[in-house]
Amino acid sequence: MSAALSFGIGIALLLGLPGVLDDYTLIQITIYAVMSILGVSLGFIWGFGGILCFGQAAFFGLGSYTYAIAVMNMGDSTMPFLLAIAVPAVFAMILGYVIFYGRLSDVYMGVITLTVTLILFNLINSTAGPEWKIGSAALGGFNGIPAIPTLNVPGQPDNVLSPKGLFDLTFVCLLVVYLGLRMLISSKIGRVIVAAKENEQRVLLLGYDARAYKLFSFTLGGAIAGLAGCLFANWGAFTSPTIFGLAQSAQIIIWVIVGGLGTLVGPIVGCVAIQWLTMQIGTQQIFNSNLVLGAILVVFVLLVPRGIVPSLGSLAEWTYGRLRRRKASSSMPAARAGAAPAMAAAEEST
Amino acid sequence: MDRRSFIKASGVTLAGAVAPMFPLAAMAADQLLVGSILDLSGGLDIYGKPMADCMTLAVEEQNAAGGLLGKQLKLASYDPQSSMQLYAQFAQQAALKDKAAVVMGGITSASREVIRPVLDRYKTLYFYNTQYEGGVCDRNTFCTGVTPGQTVAKLIPFAMNKWGKKVYVLAADYNYGQITSQWVKKFVLENGGSVASIDFFPLDVTNFGSTISKIEAAKPDMIVSALVGGSHISFYRQWAAAGMTKKIPLASTTFAGGNEHIVLSPAECDGFLVSYNYFQNLDTPENKAFKARFYKRFGNDYPNITELAMGTYQGFKLWAEGVKKAGSVDRMKVIKALESGISIDAPSGKVTLDPATHHCVLNVSIAEVKNKQLDIIKTFPQQKPSDTSAVCNLIKNPRDNQQYVIKA
Amino acid sequence: MNLALVIVIQVLYAMASLVIISAGLAVIFGIMKVINLAHGEFMMLGAYATIGAIRLGLSLWVAMFVIAPIAVGLVGVVLERLVIRRLYGRMVDTMLATWGLSLLLVGVVTSIAGNTTAGVSAPLGSFSIGTYSLSGYTPVIIAVAVALALVIRWVLMRTQLGLIARGTMQNPDMANALGISPSLVYSVTFAVGAALSGLAGGLLAPITGVVPTMGAAFVAKAFITVIGGGPAILAGLVSASALFGAINQLATFVTTPVFGEVALLVAAIVMLRLLPQGITGRFFKGSL
Repeated sequence: MSAALSFGIGIALLLGLPGVLDDYTLIQITIYAVMSILGVSLGFIWGFGGILCFGQAAFFGLGSYTYAIAVMNMGDSTMPFLLAIAVPAVFAMILGYVIFYGRLSDVYMGVITLTVTLILFNLINSTAGPEWKIGSAALGGFNGIPAIPTLNVPGQPDNVLSPKGLFDLTFVCLLVVYLGLRMLISSKIGRVIVAAKENEQRVLLLGYDARAYKLFSFTLGGAIAGLAGCLFANWGAFTSPTIFGLAQSAQIIIWVIVGGLGTLVGPIVGCVAIQWLTMQIGTQQIFNSNLVLGAILVVFVLLVPRGIVPSLGSLAEWTYGRLRRRKASSSMPAARAGAAPAMAAAEEST
Repeated sequence: MDRRSFIKASGVTLAGAVAPMFPLAAMAADQLLVGSILDLSGGLDIYGKPMADCMTLAVEEQNAAGGLLGKQLKLASYDPQSSMQLYAQFAQQAALKDKAAVVMGGITSASREVIRPVLDRYKTLYFYNTQYEGGVCDRNTFCTGVTPGQTVAKLIPFAMNKWGKKVYVLAADYNYGQITSQWVKKFVLENGGSVASIDFFPLDVTNFGSTISKIEAAKPDMIVSALVGGSHISFYRQWAAAGMTKKIPLASTTFAGGNEHIVLSPAECDGFLVSYNYFQNLDTPENKAFKARFYKRFGNDYPNITELAMGTYQGFKLWAEGVKKAGSVDRMKVIKALESGISIDAPSGKVTLDPATHHCVLNVSIAEVKNKQLDIIKTFPQQKPSDTSAVCNLIKNPRDNQQYVIKA
Repeated sequence: MNLALVIVIQVLYAMASLVIISAGLAVIFGIMKVINLAHGEFMMLGAYATIGAIRLGLSLWVAMFVIAPIAVGLVGVVLERLVIRRLYGRMVDTMLATWGLSLLLVGVVTSIAGNTTAGVSAPLGSFSIGTYSLSGYTPVIIAVAVALALVIRWVLMRTQLGLIARGTMQNPDMANALGISPSLVYSVTFAVGAALSGLAGGLLAPITGVVPTMGAAFVAKAFITVIGGGPAILAGLVSASALFGAINQLATFVTTPVFGEVALLVAAIVMLRLLPQGITGRFFKGSL
């Protein structure tokens, strides 16, 4: 029921916002949506799959570079779009195989994923010379690849997406990803994935190959991040190696944590909040931007450790609970006792 | 209503509602907005801060003189924090939301190539005021910084004359370093010299130990450095620590742009040769007057007014002249006015906009680092942007829009 | 022959640098299992403290070995009390908090010191091996790294403090039952780790560009070295630094600094695949 409601609201926003907002704000919301897709990918594999990936930016970057190189070589953008999802997915599959079938766990996995993204960064960063090209697309090193052709209607290379078109596509992708993951989590496969996160041994004893399920979720996360990368390349018409950098990876983790680990909405909220904040800080000169962002993060961790969404959820629940209790104050204690566990259960499945 | 969807809805609506409310450019009708996109934090802030200060001074001076076209100027300053994504976003904001009359900014060539297409697309005038590798050919863009055809062309023959013919090149690994090193090679070969090697280093490399050994093995007569940024300062440190500063001399196209000559000790960099348009020791009346105003505004102990900072100041002045001549801030009118041959008497000497290339004809000087100062040795007046004119002619091809790169 | 000697010295130098920059992180992670992402910024503070002390007239060596560690150690104590203390056991939250602290420190230093600061040059001039000229500072770094390893070993093995630290590391509850306050131990450990990072920063000040953002270049390498080393603090630190330092320097010499970095990273991945618990999870087990 809630999925349908989310879907409805999403569609309403999709249709309504372009009419209300001007081009500039649409473009800004587009980048928020693109980054949200990226945030959701990490939120899924971490919050539900239990995989702390320090290098989600690697798949993001691979997606954007793949799209850029492919579209500059092929012209029509349908194949590049699909490649931008496939290549990171394959890469994630190989990397995931090395990690999960090698029985690496949390911190060590974090290090390997971090290392991989740093390797990619170092490699691509040093391709500035003119000899580094794939087909007709120069890799460009630190400069990145500018002037990337935008997505076009499949089959019509000249019919490119307008800002509104890109907004529509990105928003639709976000909705599809969100709902798709939502449905996956409540399906049988999803339940095994979550169970493997909670207690891998128990899952193994029950006869499921936890490694395969982890590999599946990691690959899916990589594919979604690749999709975000492709949309990013379209939004800015450029891509550069900083996408693979430590700063970008850390940003994604921060969005998820600030928004709320263990939820799908959380990363979206966290991403939008931090992105917006970063832009605001850039438009004033009084405070150094690092100082402000750092202070906010530290305060946040100390005071709102579970993230925005679960905290808001608890706040709503607490308020709701108080209102109910006030109404039912004259009724039997059993009613109150019954309400509390029901609400706790509902909250846990958010 | 379900809690989850309530939160999602509120989240997205919040973003959508809040996004338009950027507090920045609430522009009154009698104001002209000037956008400035310069890094004030992150690795590039050593370049950005002096540039932003000169921008502030230029706008304040113009306002004190009565503004432009009877209107006051408002400076909208954005700090992209050395992030490419923010460069794109701020360019979009300046063009679409704040509707700036002109945008001045971008430090690295990489950031310029992110801003340029955005401003082209949304039809906002763009001034790129940083010295760079040359070749940008775009009617919407004016590049007021020096290019290799002006500086390197003079620096290399001078240095080779002084030190010898065998040259070892170190460059930052991105388009500026790549292209500039090709120009260095061209001028070295033209002067009968040879290039021992061209080594590239990404911007975050700090360990130059093996490079130094390689250089020693190659035994060059001189080094040409196009290294960029805070991390590359380590090279000069390690070079001096190995005792090499006294043994092999060095010329650079980028040194001192980030006040490296103040950060390093005299023992580490005395004797380096650099070539730029502006040095704060230039002995002209305009420069003296400018410095008086600058120090009054920013304090006497300001470390150094860099070439990039003066480029920003001069770029602004050129634009102001163009607006005055056009009598309006309409983009095409200002472009046509700027293409009619505008000149200003700047602190660095006379600066003229070349109509065919949208680059500048200006004075170029060679200076030597001495005791944390830059001592001017020789000045070459009114150098034309020969590298860009060889390939770009916007009068003949007004629709041209690309950056030309020298063939290796 | 000369070239071979030069290469050997440079490999030792690479190993020594890794030991020095990772020591602080190794202590903090090894004993407290806290991932301190502000490690690079502690180094940066150490470098600035060194420069500041020299400006005030102190000698380079006093500034590096005394002032830098003490100053950053104090900062570590303050930060531990205010922030880290509340987050023990919550690895993810400490990561986020220390990341926030690192941004905060960069911002504070930039606001105070600006981004153009005079640095300090390397002492001791240079010496020659055949036709090659090397910095006299290189042997100093190597010597300091060796001394550091020995000092850490001595403290952990021979002193009361070391005994308490090891005990708390192995079994905090038991240590608590025996009357030792784990939180006090953690405070001291964090301060010591911070001091070591400050020392590293001070040592690096003469050969790096000292800017507020200098920490970023070191934190990833230190992190990878510490994790690759495994659970034993000292043996892990030394063995991982030796392995990665050698690979890095040799690869750099054959190709370019970039591929040297990539080689280090690839080696880390391969090693972790083969030894999932780090080097000392398999070899030198039970050592310090």
